[in-house]
Amino acid sequence: MLAMPNILAQTGGSFWLPPQASTVAPEIDNLFYGIYYLCVFFFLLIAVLLIYFAIKYRYREGVPEHTDAPKHNTALELTWTFIPTVLVVVIFYYGFVDFLDLSVPPKYAATDVVQAQMWSYAFTYPNGLTDGELKIPINTPIVFHMSSSDVIHGFYIPAFRIKKDIVPMRDNVIWVQATQLGKFDIYCTQYCGKGHSEMRNTVEVLSEDDYQNYLLHAEDRFTPWQLGQRKYNTFCFVCHSLDGSANTGPTWKGIWGSTVTMEDGSTKKVDEAYLTHMITQPNVWKLQPPFDSRVMPLFNLSDRQVKAIIEFIKSPDKEIVPASTESATAPATQPAQ
Amino acid sequence: MSVIQADTHGIADLPGKPDNYLTHSTGFKSWALSLDHKRIGLMYMTLVLSAFALGGFFALMLRTELLSPNAWMIHGATPSETRANTEVFYNNMFSLHGAVMVFMFMIPAIPAILGNFVLPMMLGAKDVAFPRLNLLSLYVYALGACFFTYILLGGILRIAFGFHLPGSTGLDTGWTFYTPYSVRPGYADGTVPATLGAFVLGFSSILTGVNFITTLHTLRPKGMTWFRMPLFLWALYGTSVIQILATPVLAITLLLLTAERTLRVGIFDPALGGDPILYQHFFWFYSHPAVYIMILPAMGVISEIISVHSRKHIFGYNFIAVSSIALALFGFIVWGHHLFASGQSPLANSIFSLLTFSVAIPSAVKVFNWLGTLYKSSIRFTPAMMFALSFILLFTIGGLTGLFLGALATDIHFHDTYFVIAHFHYVMMGSTLFAFIGGVYHWFPKITGKMVHERTGQIAAWVAFLGFNLTFFPQFVAGAHGAPRRWATYPQEYAIYHQMSTIGAYIMSSGFILVGLNWLHGARRGRKAPANPWGGSTLEWHTPSPPPHDNFPIAPTNVGDPYDLAAWEYVSPTEGWVLKKNYVPAEH
Repeated sequence: MLAMPNILAQTGGSFWLPPQASTVAPEIDNLFYGIYYLCVFFFLLIAVLLIYFAIKYRYREGVPEHTDAPKHNTALELTWTFIPTVLVVVIFYYGFVDFLDLSVPPKYAATDVVQAQMWSYAFTYPNGLTDGELKIPINTPIVFHMSSSDVIHGFYIPAFRIKKDIVPMRDNVIWVQATQLGKFDIYCTQYCGKGHSEMRNTVEVLSEDDYQNYLLHAEDRFTPWQLGQRKYNTFCFVCHSLDGSANTGPTWKGIWGSTVTMEDGSTKKVDEAYLTHMITQPNVWKLQPPFDSRVMPLFNLSDRQVKAIIEFIKSPDKEIVPASTESATAPATQPAQ
Repeated sequence: MSVIQADTHGIADLPGKPDNYLTHSTGFKSWALSLDHKRIGLMYMTLVLSAFALGGFFALMLRTELLSPNAWMIHGATPSETRANTEVFYNNMFSLHGAVMVFMFMIPAIPAILGNFVLPMMLGAKDVAFPRLNLLSLYVYALGACFFTYILLGGILRIAFGFHLPGSTGLDTGWTFYTPYSVRPGYADGTVPATLGAFVLGFSSILTGVNFITTLHTLRPKGMTWFRMPLFLWALYGTSVIQILATPVLAITLLLLTAERTLRVGIFDPALGGDPILYQHFFWFYSHPAVYIMILPAMGVISEIISVHSRKHIFGYNFIAVSSIALALFGFIVWGHHLFASGQSPLANSIFSLLTFSVAIPSAVKVFNWLGTLYKSSIRFTPAMMFALSFILLFTIGGLTGLFLGALATDIHFHDTYFVIAHFHYVMMGSTLFAFIGGVYHWFPKITGKMVHERTGQIAAWVAFLGFNLTFFPQFVAGAHGAPRRWATYPQEYAIYHQMSTIGAYIMSSGFILVGLNWLHGARRGRKAPANPWGGSTLEWHTPSPPPHDNFPIAPTNVGDPYDLAAWEYVSPTEGWVLKKNYVPAEH
């Protein structure tokens, strides 16, 4: 077949399987080939017998028919009941053992979050960075906690041999330890409507240094206001509204430059010093009810991120045009594709 | 033991013109209100084959779109509009293809057409136990079909005239109607009519099941013990049990789904506090056994064809019979393998994986027994036999590839990819459809009283078999490389497999069209069929072709071994096979 070398060149894997880029891939592939050769054997056994019988016992005029053919043979029946039974139990066993490796992550694994929606993914890293692209360090186990904001999606990386549905309101967990540098496809495998087949992404496996470098500088491309908006959409939106509506924390609409009343009746002006203090030491100053500063969590934020959030609070509606016109990036609420 | 009394020698000597169910009475009402199981079977055949043609058309649309990695079929003003239009079109096509093929073709095909026609005659009976219920099931089927016609009409009106039929801008949920997609307001508009349609069709299926079970229990002739029933009847019995036990669960599930969508009750939609995985459990609790509603009767047909057309007593009768019942029962306990990737607990996954492998054993037993039947036989390559031999090869591939999907670790990689698509098309289409076609060829002389042009049928079998493998084998490779199912567009690396597959689909379709022409030609112009053209020994071959209204001019009184083919001898093409005089069956 002429197409064959072509097929191999395109995928970088073998005739049957994509490249092996995770710790579980080789053992799953071994199981695949074990079952595969068993299937080839049984298929050939059946096909060869069928074709042989079809030729040898075809009806020919004048050739007398066999009259001594058996109608049943209990020993034969028991043999071909017993052998498949043993074989399928063996296959089950190896499938089960490899599945345990697929399901149980090492205890020291780092945790990423995958957020799916129609028809894209967003990834949140252990340091709180949220991005539209997934990068993971090589030889490091990573656990993904996956959630969906609308319908069921899938998360499938063929080169890693891992797959799980992303189900709304359900914490589906998947893990992987990559063994090969490079970019690999991520596919949505659970039908999710119109753009289902466009719901693709890639995971890039980086060296540990490159990965740390990525985490440090991934947000450099955003202006402070854009970064602040991203942080708001990741963390702050849970308790702080932008439209003046009541929530657990004070709304950010018009809060910049206003005066707030503390529990002891004193007042403070909302300026950079006040906001920096409230973000980095949230439980020290106590606001007057209905607000309760004790419920404000402490986030692991860099100085640049804190300043960015303050920039965003100054003008949540629109970015104050900065003096230097940075090359326009995608609207920050949309994860970059 | 003696052979039945009503031998075919006497039939031609009966006074007057022989009665014939096709010409017994005339006029529209004589068909529309007929209680004759043979006429009901024929009417079923018209409807079910229309559904098949429609489902096949949808499939060809899918394959055509997949010729290119990009969306191209439905043009829009801009490339992104073209993409969006094509995606919507594609999603509707694969949903309707699946729903129509499963609910309107695959489930009723063999039981309602061949089962209806043959079952009472195999028992030497005049009709099924409840002829009126039988007619009702036909009309219930037609009613269910109306719902899908409504969706189709809605889609056509929307695309052609931009007119929105209420409740139907098409169906884009897939035949599985997974929540929460299928219950989201503003999406998946066709969910309600489609689920109601499937709900109604389910009742047709239940009515047929009730009828067959009762008939098999009460109308077996004297001498036909359970273990002297033709194997097709064993298969239909197993099928009927599944239809009765599993279909009501689907009915309840679909009603709940409709309630969820219209009344927002909060069972399946997580936004309302429901559980979408619960829906999947409910759905597959029916839909996995439904796979056996589709394949079991096919296996029964194959047992008949293999034995009769190789002129050999079936090998291992008891094991084939019991394996049918085993499959029917095991089919109920394996549904969880559809949820291996859903986030179902690893413990549940492991249990379902082990249980899933149980279905491999009776399947293997059947294949080996069919091979055993061929040993020292005398094979006639009639079209029926060629489709049956194709069945064995295709079912073997379909069954063996199931091993990859039953094993947990490999299934995780293959789940929801083209590997699964290829696997179940080998089982559902390569097996059930090929068995159905083989079965129609086998009973064609009995149904129409005519013989088909054999050479055409043989060519059609080759074309369909080769086209089938070209269509679906590349999908195994594509799926193993990770190509997900239900994708309107795909990365370039899968293009070669999709293109091979599409070309295969065109070739296979021409094979099926040839089969259809072969049947039409045979029914109109075929040579007159003898009572027993193949030398089969089951009771339907003991009566003229086509049979009289009451099936048997002389009721069979004592029944022997249904596979005692040595009792017959070949006379001539016009007289076919007749019972040997003074034949004494060998005790076994």
